Amino acid sequence: MYARSGVWQMHVAMLTVPMDEEKVARCRELAAAVADDVQRYIDAHTSVGVERTILRAYGVDGVDDQGAPLVNIAVERYAKAGLLGRGISYFLGRALLAGAGGLQEAAERLAYAPELDRGDSGPSADEVLVALAPHTDAAIDRIDHARDERDANKRRAVPGGNPLKYVIVATGNIYDDAVQAKAAAYAGADIVAVIRATAQSLLDYVPHGATTEGYGGTFATQENFKIIRRATDEAAIDYGRYIHQTNYSSGLCMAEIAWMGAVERLDMLLNDAMYGILFRDINPCRNFVDQYVARRIIARSGIVINTGEDNYLTTADAVEKAHTVLASQFVNEAFAKHAGVKDEQMGLGHAYEIDPGIENSFLLELAQAQLIRQVFPAHPIKWMPPTKFKTGDIFQSHVHDAMFSLVGVATHQSIELLGMFSEAVHNPMLMDRYLSLKATKYVFNTARSLGDEITIKPDGIMAKRAVQVLDEALELLEEVERETIWTAIERGAFADVKRTRTGGKGYTGVFERSDDYVNPVLEALEAS
Amino acid sequence: MHPTLPSKPLRAYGDRQNDGMIQLSFVLELPPSARAKEAAKQFAELHGVREALVTTMEPCAEGYTYFVVYGHSQHSIDPSTIDVPELRTEALSRDEIEHRVTTRLTRKIVVVGACTGSDAHTVGIDAILNYKGYAGDKGLESYKAFEAYNLGAQVENEQLAERALALSADAILVSQIITQRNCHKENALALIELAKKQGWRNKVVMLLGGPRIDHKLALELGFDAGFGPGTKPSDVASFLVEWMCGDREKAGAAMAAADGT
Repeated sequence: MYARSGVWQMHVAMLTVPMDEEKVARCRELAAAVADDVQRYIDAHTSVGVERTILRAYGVDGVDDQGAPLVNIAVERYAKAGLLGRGISYFLGRALLAGAGGLQEAAERLAYAPELDRGDSGPSADEVLVALAPHTDAAIDRIDHARDERDANKRRAVPGGNPLKYVIVATGNIYDDAVQAKAAAYAGADIVAVIRATAQSLLDYVPHGATTEGYGGTFATQENFKIIRRATDEAAIDYGRYIHQTNYSSGLCMAEIAWMGAVERLDMLLNDAMYGILFRDINPCRNFVDQYVARRIIARSGIVINTGEDNYLTTADAVEKAHTVLASQFVNEAFAKHAGVKDEQMGLGHAYEIDPGIENSFLLELAQAQLIRQVFPAHPIKWMPPTKFKTGDIFQSHVHDAMFSLVGVATHQSIELLGMFSEAVHNPMLMDRYLSLKATKYVFNTARSLGDEITIKPDGIMAKRAVQVLDEALELLEEVERETIWTAIERGAFADVKRTRTGGKGYTGVFERSDDYVNPVLEALEAS
Repeated sequence: MHPTLPSKPLRAYGDRQNDGMIQLSFVLELPPSARAKEAAKQFAELHGVREALVTTMEPCAEGYTYFVVYGHSQHSIDPSTIDVPELRTEALSRDEIEHRVTTRLTRKIVVVGACTGSDAHTVGIDAILNYKGYAGDKGLESYKAFEAYNLGAQVENEQLAERALALSADAILVSQIITQRNCHKENALALIELAKKQGWRNKVVMLLGGPRIDHKLALELGFDAGFGPGTKPSDVASFLVEWMCGDREKAGAAMAAADGT
C-alpha cells in the first residue's frame, strides 16, 4: 500500500479546498515545539513498561504458575528496589557476566535470585554493553527479518488499492476471530483488526498464550497475533490480495505490544501519542514515555500507526471541535517524527461524526476530509465511520455509512474503517461485515474518480469550512505551545477531557533515568 | 396508569391490515444452491412465515450464504394482554423541571454517573450527563436543578460507591454498554449488593442505562429504573424530578423511550 499511498499526490485532484501553506507550516512548527518540550522529559525517564519491552526484545518469555509474566516479575523487583533508573539491561548484562547461561536464565536470576544485585561493584556499564552487544544485534535482526518477510509477502500478494477496506472482528475467541478474518478477506476486506478485550489497556502486563474468553473483544497476546497472522497469510494466498493485520499498541503495555507486533509481522497498530491519557486515564508522563519507545520499534519495523483522533468527536462536538482533530494530528505527527516514524507510516485518524440531522453536514465532512488529505499528502490517512449518531435502525445506518464511504473515496482517504449497520446494536457479525463490504465496494467503484472530476465553489460552504478549521487549529496550537501540552491537557483542550500531570493510572511505574542509564536496544533503535 | 387498549390481536402490517408482511435476513452455513434456497424458505416457514419468498441468496464467505426472505408472518400479538412496568408519557419541560426543583426541593439534585467495571464506552453516560447532551437535548449538567458528576469509564463499583457517598448523591446513574455474555447484568447486580451491604441502597435512587437495558430488567436487577436506547437527558431529568419531589408513581410514568424506540 505504501507504493500506492502516494497515489493522491500523483493525481491532479480537482476536488481541493483552499489551504494556506504558510499556516500549515506554522502549525507544524508549533507542534514540533510542543513535542520538543515533552521529548526532554521522555529522554530523562523510563518506565516499567519500557523496561519490560527491552527484556522481551532480548527474548525473555514465559509466565509463572499464576500467569504473571517473567518480565513483570523481574522489572517489578528492580522498580521496588528503586534501581530501575539504571535500566534493566544493566542488571541483565551483569547477570550474564556473572555466569547465567543465556538471557532467559539471566532474567530468571533478576526475578528470583535470593540476593538482589544492587549494581554496586563488579562489571561496569561498559563491560555490560559489550556482553549485551551480540544480543542487542539479534533483537534488532529479529524485527528486521520480520519486516523483510512482510515486504516479500506483499510482492507475492499485492495489496488492494486505496481506500483500503478495514474491518474489525471481535468474538472474544481467537480461533473464531481467525474464521471471521478469513470470511472478511473473502468478502473483500484489505485489513482485519482484532478488537481487544475491553479494559486490556489498563492491565499492566500482557496476557500469555492463545485466549478464548474476552469481553468486547479478544486479548492481544503474542500467540493470538500468530494465529491471526497465519489466517490472514492464508487468506492472502487464497484471494491473491495482501491482507493486513492490525492490533492495538496502546494502554499500559503499548511498548511491549509494539514489540510483539513487530516480531509477529503485524501491518498496523493503533498507536496514539495522547489517546491513553484522554480516554483511558493513563498518566500523561507514563503515556509519553511509553509511546516514544513503542514508536521507535514501530518505525524500525515498518508498521503503520493508526492514531485515534476520531475518538475526540465521540466525546466533543464534531462541528465545534473539528479543529482539535487537525491540531492533534499535527501533534501526533510531531511525536512520531521524534521517534523516527516516516510520513508513510502515519495513519492519522479522523472521522465522519457530525450530527446527520444538520443541514449540509455532508459538505462539512467532505471539506474536513479533503483538508486533512491535503495537509498530510504522503500519510496513509485513516478515515473512521459514524458511530455516535448511529441507532438501532440498521437500514438508516446503512445509508449513513454509504454517505461516509462516498466522502472516503472522493477525498482519496488511504485507510477506511468500514461502518457497520449494526454499530449501535452489537459487535459486527459475519453478515454485517459482508453487507458493509458489499456496499462499500459499490460506492468506491461507482464514484472512483469523483474527486478528480469535480471542483468546489470558491468561497462556498466547503471552502469556508476548510479555512475556518485550519485557522482554528492554528489558534489552538498557538495556545498549546504557549502553555505546554501538560497544561493544555489539564484544561481539556483535547476532546473536552481534563487530565493532570501526576494523575491517572501508571504514574508509579515511571522512573527518572540515572546518568549511567543503560538501554542498548533503544540506542540501536535511535541510531537507525 | 394504563390507558385502556382495545383487545385486538395485531399482525405485522405491510400495506394492508392483517397481511403479516415481514422480512428476514440471515446466514446459513452452506454454499448457495437450489437446496440452500429451499432450506432458507423452509427455515423461514419454521418461524411462522407463509409463502416465504427468498429474494436474495449470495455467498458471503466460503461455505456461508446470506439470505433475504419476505413472507407473511402468521403470528399475531394482543398488546392489551402484555404486562410491562412502564408507561409512556411526555417528558417534563425544562422550565417545569427547574420550577419544581426550585419550589419543592429547594436544593439541587446531586447525580453521580459512571460506566462501571471494565466498560470503556462512555457515549451513553456522556450523552445523559454532559452539558452537550444528545441530538439537541442538553445533558443534566445544563440544568440548574442538577449537580452532575460524570466519573467516566472503567469505574469500579467500590469507587463509584465511595464517590457517591462523599458527594451525598441523591441519584446514581450506571451505564453498561458492553454486554457480551451478560457481563452487564453481573456488574450491575454487584453494585446493588454492595449498596445493600453498606446499608445505603434505599437512600439513593439508582438508575441503569444502556442499549440492552430496559425498565423491566433494571427492576429485576434491583435498580429503581432502567433506560434503554433512545433515552434523552430530559427523560432521565423528568424521572429524577418526579422521584425526588415525592411522586414515585409519576416517576414511572415519566419514563419515555425505554422500549427501544
